[in-house]
Amino acid sequence: MGTTGRGLPFQNLILELQNYWAGEGCVILQPYDMEMGAGTFHWATTLKSLGPQPWKAAYVQPSRRPADGRFGDNPNRLQQHYQFQVLMKPSPADFQDLYLGSLEAIGIDFLDHDIRFVEDDWESPTLGAWGLGWEVWCDGMEITQFTYFQQVGGFDCRPVPGELTYGLERLAMYLQGVDHFRDIDWNGEGVTYGDIHLRSEREQSRYNFEMADVAMLHRHFDDAESSCMHLVEAGLVIPAYDQCIHASHAFNMLEARGVISVTERAAFIGRVRDLARACAAAWLGHPEPS
Amino acid sequence: MADFLLEILSEEIPASMQRGALERLGDLLEQRLADEDLKASSRCAHVSPRRMVVHLGGLPECQPSFETERKGPRVGAPTPAVSGFARSAGVGTDDLVRRTTAKGEFWFAVTRKGGQATATVLARIVPEAMTALAWPKSMRWADGEARWVRPVVSILALFAGDVVPFRFAGCESGAATRGHRFLHPAPFEVRSYADYCARLRDACVIPDHDERRRLIEERARTVADGLGLVADAPARLVDELAGLVEWPVVMAGTFDDGYMEVPDDLLTTEMVHHQRYIPLRTTSGNLAPGFLFVANMEGRDGGGSIRAGNERVLAARLADGRHFWERDLRVSLESRISSLSTVVFHARLGTLEERAHRLKALAGWLAPAIPGCDPDHAGRAAWLAKADLVSDTVGEFPELQGIMGGHLARAAGENADIALAISEHYRPAGPSDRCPSAPVSVAVAMAERLDTLAGFFGIGEKPSGSRDPLALRRAALGIVRLVLENGLRLDLLKALKAAGNGYGRDVSGEVLDFVADRLRVHLRERRLGHHLIDAAFAGTRDGDLVRLVRRIEALDSFLESPDGGDLLEAYRRAANILRIEEAKDGRTFTGDISRNLLQEEAERAVAGALETADAAMTDTLAGEDFAGAMEALASLRSPLGAFFDSVTVNASDPSLRQNRLNLLGHIRAAMDRVADFSRIGG
Repeated sequence: MGTTGRGLPFQNLILELQNYWAGEGCVILQPYDMEMGAGTFHWATTLKSLGPQPWKAAYVQPSRRPADGRFGDNPNRLQQHYQFQVLMKPSPADFQDLYLGSLEAIGIDFLDHDIRFVEDDWESPTLGAWGLGWEVWCDGMEITQFTYFQQVGGFDCRPVPGELTYGLERLAMYLQGVDHFRDIDWNGEGVTYGDIHLRSEREQSRYNFEMADVAMLHRHFDDAESSCMHLVEAGLVIPAYDQCIHASHAFNMLEARGVISVTERAAFIGRVRDLARACAAAWLGHPEPS
Repeated sequence: MADFLLEILSEEIPASMQRGALERLGDLLEQRLADEDLKASSRCAHVSPRRMVVHLGGLPECQPSFETERKGPRVGAPTPAVSGFARSAGVGTDDLVRRTTAKGEFWFAVTRKGGQATATVLARIVPEAMTALAWPKSMRWADGEARWVRPVVSILALFAGDVVPFRFAGCESGAATRGHRFLHPAPFEVRSYADYCARLRDACVIPDHDERRRLIEERARTVADGLGLVADAPARLVDELAGLVEWPVVMAGTFDDGYMEVPDDLLTTEMVHHQRYIPLRTTSGNLAPGFLFVANMEGRDGGGSIRAGNERVLAARLADGRHFWERDLRVSLESRISSLSTVVFHARLGTLEERAHRLKALAGWLAPAIPGCDPDHAGRAAWLAKADLVSDTVGEFPELQGIMGGHLARAAGENADIALAISEHYRPAGPSDRCPSAPVSVAVAMAERLDTLAGFFGIGEKPSGSRDPLALRRAALGIVRLVLENGLRLDLLKALKAAGNGYGRDVSGEVLDFVADRLRVHLRERRLGHHLIDAAFAGTRDGDLVRLVRRIEALDSFLESPDGGDLLEAYRRAANILRIEEAKDGRTFTGDISRNLLQEEAERAVAGALETADAAMTDTLAGEDFAGAMEALASLRSPLGAFFDSVTVNASDPSLRQNRLNLLGHIRAAMDRVADFSRIGG
């Protein structure tokens, strides 16, 4: 990048972030094995944000946004991208400084770059969650979402967790000075992001927009909804929450297929939020064994 | 006298909240000081993304102190009464003093109030004021319960050079602050306000919003001048930029000439709204392939990396924008209409395609009432007006709705007036937005709003109280402005009926009342009282707003004149008598006046004046000469005065009484031809 030469390969970017946050006391988790719209959906962020126990975790999460697919043509849009997620509860007093430390760790020297914290309040209507914070700009580009969670699943977070979400593709493109996600250097040995993911982007975009079976998706949504509520009653919070994630993804797929009207949309969001609430309530009602 | 300096350093405060919060904090502090009988002689306050600073000068070193006395029981009263009094006054029994009054000797409690050191008072009230400060949105953090807009980092509080000790949100107040986040991160202590200001500047922080704003404007001008260009900086953008940096550095970047094929509006939207960049223009006003941006520091490498980074970010955005624009160019607006059938306008009002049909018909219907408006162009523009809602560009940049449609129409070779009408058919978007004046534009903008109001009123979706989610008030105000500012002569009632035809429902009367309501609000700004509007509208229910406003204006100046005031008085008298007698007889008095029953000179004079005035009003009203009509009415004033002075309306002879009441009935009817005077308040 500019004066410092070619930036970190994609996989090194992940490794550096993991090392850095491990050094700050975060447990490094692996991605959750479900389709989800953002790293925030992982129970290690949502459910763990609730309740009094301290928690520090960091992980990569492949995030699926079916409607954002562009068949691999658009330089910045993918139907699946990678997020690097950090959650620290309670939020450390020097959370901003810790975050800036992570930028240094991946090669951003902030005496050469213009780093800014610009208001951007985060809200997830499907999770019944919101927080205040910023998008972090590096020379005018948004590289991280920085949020102090206030509520999750409709419940106040006490203590308040601090959450970071790094958009890894953007960050890598910026660091490496490339203009299309396809050209991101993945391993420093000649393998690119496009080599790995382009075919998937094309095929999945086609599936998401054209092929996905609408009736089946509706069925999946309904099934996930009823089974979530059933599991909540049985006190099996994490399996119940898996079903909430399922329902949310089915809804995202239905949206990509363009079969949800504006009024229906609000109703679907409300239904997923009810599931998230029920899970949050059950999580708080069945404290973890200490 | 001494001064107080408070600095609250926090994580970044949203730009839009900074100045309001600072103002409220200063007010809260002064208010609480006043409650403690303390008053500062000056207040300076500054705000930046990371700090709020309040300096209060000329504060006394301590509160004024004063004694209060309370009279108690008579000396010699029973001991429990005396000790009870002492307790209630908050003093010991031994502290009571004896005083002789005219009524004898009594116990008195003397207490001393105030006199606290100002520093002590401040230590108490500052955290209270901070707790009381209201933010549009506030938050908790870590494991604390305190709320602030973002986490508080440190608090500096000095009175007369010494720390005012208190805690807020887990922070202990002190004498230290920090400079620029990256350039001077280490804490340092200050001794005074002057010291603070100087040290902060050395630490690359300009704490004052207005100063940063001025610097940005000056530097933007200088940098643009150096390039032979002009900085096109909207005031709101500069204000926001001043709230995003502590150490403003203005730099210039460029983008590829190739993007200049993309419409200007798309480029400036990307620059201003999405990147907070300042567009650059040539001296002749054309967009130049460059921009200014405001960084929070210069960069150790002279800004090379920062500039390169910002240029790349904008290039990626513009590439995105061009991509959408080029894709949109491949699909004609006309052929997008069929896609509008997949977009719902409102669940109960059909799709946007159906709306396009209605708008086309309505704009064509309106065209003859708009001078110079080609009905075919109006219909065509209305037909295409909503087509850009299914374009990629508007999907990505919703704020460009209409504007992109205009560009796409131009690119497709549509007539210039059609393209212009599409691009400005959402205007005026509010009371201060520019109102279209080109004839075809006016037709489409009118059709858009008439269709909206007829549709939503038809399904009972009306604004209630402060709730107006469909912005129907704005639509009605749009109609008022389009009609008045363009002098459109048309009957809105008929236009609303025509709009209702599109839905098979007629709610024209109700909507006309709603529009008249907005007219009332609109005219209030011209200080025309709403009773005048009520009088003029209720009397006529005139759907021709231009005529209605002329009538209101004539009425206003008439009532301001002495003749008008007197005539109004006479009208009220006549109306009062009629009201009472009509109630008594259970009938109205509208019958003919019989000449041979006019006995008195005064009543004959009124009848004669009325005949002349009626004829004059018929002529003047036909010519919409409302001032003339009022003048005709004014001629009734003195005969009416004489009539009330000398004639008994309720004569004992029933036929005389009836004739006189009929005469008054005619007076009322004649005046009602101009306005409903009964609605004009005293």
